[in-house]
Amino acid sequence: MGRFIARRLVQAIPTLLGVLVITFLLTRLSPADPVTLAFGGDPTVTAEDKNGLREALGLNEPLYVQFWVWATRVARLDFGSSFFYHRPVLQLLFERVPNSLQLSLLALVLTVVIGVPLGALAAFNRGKAIDHAVRVFSVAGHAIPTFWFGLMFVLVLGVQLRWFPIGSMNAIGKDADVLDRAWHLVGPVFVLAISGIAGLPRILRTEMLEVIAQDYVRTARGKGLGERAVVARHVLRNALIPVVTLFGGILGIFFSGSLIVETVFNWPGLGRLTYEAALSKDYPMLQAAVLIASTLLILSYILRDIAYAWADPRVQFR
Amino acid sequence: MAAGAIVLPVSEARRPSSGFLADAAYRIRRDPPTVAALAVFGVLVLLAVAADLLADHVFRWSFTKQSILDSYSKPSLAEPAFWLGTDQLGRSQIVRLLYAARVSLFIGVFGAVVSLVIGVLAGISAGYFRGWWDDVVVWVVTTLNSIPQLFLLIIVGALFTFPPPIFAIFLGLLGWLGIANLARGQTFALREREYVLAARTIGASPTRVMARHIFPNLAPLMIILAMTDIGNVILAESALSYLGFGIQPPVPSWGNMLTGASQFISRGPWLLYPPGTLIFVTVLCLYLIGDGLRDALDPRLRGQIEAKR
Repeated sequence: MGRFIARRLVQAIPTLLGVLVITFLLTRLSPADPVTLAFGGDPTVTAEDKNGLREALGLNEPLYVQFWVWATRVARLDFGSSFFYHRPVLQLLFERVPNSLQLSLLALVLTVVIGVPLGALAAFNRGKAIDHAVRVFSVAGHAIPTFWFGLMFVLVLGVQLRWFPIGSMNAIGKDADVLDRAWHLVGPVFVLAISGIAGLPRILRTEMLEVIAQDYVRTARGKGLGERAVVARHVLRNALIPVVTLFGGILGIFFSGSLIVETVFNWPGLGRLTYEAALSKDYPMLQAAVLIASTLLILSYILRDIAYAWADPRVQFR
Repeated sequence: MAAGAIVLPVSEARRPSSGFLADAAYRIRRDPPTVAALAVFGVLVLLAVAADLLADHVFRWSFTKQSILDSYSKPSLAEPAFWLGTDQLGRSQIVRLLYAARVSLFIGVFGAVVSLVIGVLAGISAGYFRGWWDDVVVWVVTTLNSIPQLFLLIIVGALFTFPPPIFAIFLGLLGWLGIANLARGQTFALREREYVLAARTIGASPTRVMARHIFPNLAPLMIILAMTDIGNVILAESALSYLGFGIQPPVPSWGNMLTGASQFISRGPWLLYPPGTLIFVTVLCLYLIGDGLRDALDPRLRGQIEAKR
């Protein structure tokens, strides 16, 4: 097991390197001049100031030298300071990461809690009305634009019916109130989870139908095991193993979705910070945000593989 | 109940087969959701194509025409241009929706074509040649898959400004990963077949083997994926345009029409429903058509593609 984890971590290195190269190239090839942006249109800045900063940032060096300098600084977790906030980028980002993780993990829980029963219902009522209803819900859940679904939630349940708050994490003066936080979480978590809730049942259904046809399920039934025990111990357990592999992809969708959901619901997380950094063309912040989001995603892929290997004894640790 | 077994309807089992396309058309005609989706999508395409005609002759209101006095008019039947109300500048919502349909559909189709071409070329060549080229393709796919898509889109959108066609190509450049993965996997299996060996024995070049012997086997799968991909590109485009990094005003797109509408959410709530509904309906139709085509072109693929989304 230890060797398996070590192998997966080593395999992640070229991927991480690729992400570094892409992030670096995108920001360097952009037509916008980082030096002009860093001064933020200050009229008192002279050409000498600009050249001085250009020299200090190493922008006059050849591209590969710039990459090397930048990459070694990133390796020491030094992302520079934000053009906009004038504070170290990493500090700003790490203040926001927990808020985003809170959304994504709760959305994952909601996906499992709603998606697994729906998939099981569809599989056991194959070809009946419930099965068709789940199928329609699945396709519709994929086709609905997340940002518009969020806007509809805000408009109908927030502005018109006033059932839920329309933004931020807490009501003013209720920062430590757990119930108040939960009330604020309903909208963003539900909207973020919708694509997962739509996707999981379809795949679980396919897997379950495959397992139901296996010999060991027939044997279990044949030896007189009750239907409930057959489902819980044999069908669901085996059908859920491949579903674990989905979690990596679902988390990827959630990370992407958080950018939209956090913007719509005014949620102070990594996604909203990235959106604001993109609006103000805050290079260091953008680079760091993309790198951190990607690292989190790569880590979640590795965790998924470990969970998969752990849940399925047939998988060889290679 | 044997799972995975394909049970053909009795009517179909009795019918004599009459060629690949005729069979497919026959199955589609007997699949009401797909027929409905095709009809709705066809109407949407027609409306988008006829946007100029409709604006000139039915609504008598161009998509840039502003009328500040009529800003935030509620939907009314009084004048055709105001059927769906007006926005903050007094522009006709319904006319702008028609032109936006043009932009969104064009970007969806064009982007999907780009990702299909790249995905098929990369996937088949990686699966066929294997070795170092396969490693490179897999590395690129894994790397791009490890960056949350919207983060990548937003960083590019913030640093570059593209006219719509370039924007479509750019969206296509990010959408080919799933297609390449699938094409690569299928090619692995196909390249071991006897007819591929036979073709190679009589001296067919790799290009010929890939184009004439492997690609035709993948084509139905790729057509199906293309449909879902158009939907995916439209979703990505609208999200990015909504955030302000995609199609830039004054060119209307369903996404950027919602940007203005959401800033004054209580002034003009009617502006919020139609663009989103149109995105939803369009993408839903494309997904349903993709599903229907899958069953019609190759019923064995059931379940294989579901895992892809």
